[in-house]
Amino acid sequence: MAEKTLTSTQRDEYWKRTSSLMWTILVLWLIFSFVIHFFVIQLNSIRILGFPLGFYMAAQGSLIVFVILCFWNATAQDKIDNEFGVSDE
Amino acid sequence: MAGAAASSSFINNLGRIYAIYTGSFAAFVVFLGILEWFGVPSRILGYLFIFLTIGVYALIGVLSATAEVSEYYVAGRVVPAFYNGMATGADWMSAASFIGMAGSLYFGGYDGLAFVLGWTGGYVLVGILMAPYLRKFGQFTVPDFFGARYGGHTARALAVVVLIIASFTYVVAQIVGVGIITARFLDMNFQVACFVGLIGILVCSMLGGMKAVTWTQVAQYIILIIAYLIPVIVMSAKLTGVPIPQLMYGVALERIQGFEQTLGIARSHVTPFISVLPGAAPVSSWNGALNFFALILCLMVGTASLPHILMRYFTTPSVKQARMSVGWSLFFIFLLYFTAPAYAAFAKLEVYQTLVNSQMANLPAWVASWGRPGLALVGACDLVDAAANAARFPLCAGVRGNGDGILQFAELRLHTDAIVLATPEIAGLPYVITGLVAAGGLAAALSTADGLLLAIANALSHDVYYKMIDPNADTKRRLIISRVLLGIVAIIAAYTAGTLGADILFLVSWAFSIAASGLFAGLVLGIWWKRCGNAAGVWGIVAGFGVCMFFLIFTEFYGPAFKNALGWLIPMDIVPIRGRQVAYPWGINNISVGIFGIPAGFLAQWLVGRSAQPASPEMQDFIDSIRVPSGAVRLAPGMAAKE
Repeated sequence: MAEKTLTSTQRDEYWKRTSSLMWTILVLWLIFSFVIHFFVIQLNSIRILGFPLGFYMAAQGSLIVFVILCFWNATAQDKIDNEFGVSDE
Repeated sequence: MAGAAASSSFINNLGRIYAIYTGSFAAFVVFLGILEWFGVPSRILGYLFIFLTIGVYALIGVLSATAEVSEYYVAGRVVPAFYNGMATGADWMSAASFIGMAGSLYFGGYDGLAFVLGWTGGYVLVGILMAPYLRKFGQFTVPDFFGARYGGHTARALAVVVLIIASFTYVVAQIVGVGIITARFLDMNFQVACFVGLIGILVCSMLGGMKAVTWTQVAQYIILIIAYLIPVIVMSAKLTGVPIPQLMYGVALERIQGFEQTLGIARSHVTPFISVLPGAAPVSSWNGALNFFALILCLMVGTASLPHILMRYFTTPSVKQARMSVGWSLFFIFLLYFTAPAYAAFAKLEVYQTLVNSQMANLPAWVASWGRPGLALVGACDLVDAAANAARFPLCAGVRGNGDGILQFAELRLHTDAIVLATPEIAGLPYVITGLVAAGGLAAALSTADGLLLAIANALSHDVYYKMIDPNADTKRRLIISRVLLGIVAIIAAYTAGTLGADILFLVSWAFSIAASGLFAGLVLGIWWKRCGNAAGVWGIVAGFGVCMFFLIFTEFYGPAFKNALGWLIPMDIVPIRGRQVAYPWGINNISVGIFGIPAGFLAQWLVGRSAQPASPEMQDFIDSIRVPSGAVRLAPGMAAKE
């Protein structure tokens, strides 16, 4: 693999994009790990298919979001890598 | 180069190999089912299940024997994302997840979901903060990162200490799990069972290190997920008519709430945040909420700090695949974790619907078979004479019933492990499925124990022996030392497990808190804060780990004295648990002791990092190199240019 070296401005720009992706996902992680479950009592008054919504979010909803976040991180970061030509594959 | 050609053809055919393996395993289960139908006793079936699965793992272990350092430590860095995800899933899901968690959810209801959330959400942190950068860093162990990033032996040695204490606590819990399953299905003494389990663990890892562990873990994942899903799918079909438990247990929840009212059960399955303090009413409380969120935080941050998990992302062929494999890991873990609450709900519904208020003379057969002495997972305690109850059902010890011949709710006792282990029989499935569940539980415990033991032995042989004591040791010597250490650590762990042998969930939670407090700040800031200097990294570990251990030891073992000494500063409750008087500072259960250690680590590293000397320009260059996927693996400044 021919090594591609980024100029220092390119490198800063690459890291800025990477960081902002990280922060976006981190905030969503924070919401679905903690914030949404603060409201479990209110959400439990809504029922879907028998599930009280607050219970559902902790048992399943947040988990689905976590899986999506992980795959989204992988594909979005790939896109940034390709744009800067720094993918290692 | 014959070896390399053989291994690349192995990698290209992974899909076929594991498909054939899965098919053979299914055929094996069907074959045992036929044996059962012909009247072969269940004990023989249990033996066949346990010894044949361990035999398969041993075979994979022997076939993966290696004399190459990079294969021994990081599986040759050829594991594709998808399979690394499966291996991580098995590495991750332990006896506690497989057998214990559904039971914890049965009893804890909503509050038990802290484990479901905590043991999944951490992978988001692994994926965005760590895995790709540790892969690009390109070394062998997590302490390698600390040694390289924070200037040498002090940081490396501290990371090794945290790694060993956290992983050892965790591995003891796994061997207890292996011992319980082996003892139960083979009618064996628990201490002996721990050592039998030990053999099962060592045959997987001794010869082939990480390479062997990886390919065994994939095999173990396949068994454990099949074993976990089958009983609950049948249960769902039986109770609701639809074989999709994850979707249908909402109906069960609704019916459970109905039964809670008619049976007068105060603690509702869906009520959140019940206080952990003794004598608290079963209603939502601030203390319950605080403990719920503290536990989630400790488990998630611990996920992103446990070396046996992080080192799995050293094994992928590229940075890109490391990121993708975090997604696959979580997906494979998710399959089990989003099913566990369904197990709990269906089991509860079945108990409320058909067991409670039934005639003692007509109890379902599974109550007697799982309640008898030696298993003691269920107790129907209707008799007035407590001793007579205990003679039939050991779980009834000290419980007096009203002797009316009907099993009231108050007269029923269940063990947490009963939920997963007895569900096949509750669902009316043949014994062969119970054996399958036992094999699944064993796979879960063995795979986690293997990953942990390897992490400990690698830290001792690579970081302590090779990097710090004898940097000139040749490959052969290093691998011999690794294997000897692996054996020694395993024996010590099995001995500890044999003497401890109790409830394991608190040990597992401590391991997460310890790893989170000691390693998380150093890992995250090491990658994301370029200017952070060596001293800061060292102080981050010392403060995080120190504060965590301080609270852990004093709350657990010196509760009342701790309250006397610091009660004026920190409000504390004393809770009798595990045969001790344990202090709960601010009402927080000490399984979440990381809640004090994690911020202490960050604070110390930040304060020292701002005032002490920043990282050298060479170090900052090095960090730039690990942030970008392409380009050669570089050595950190000051590291010997070997290998």
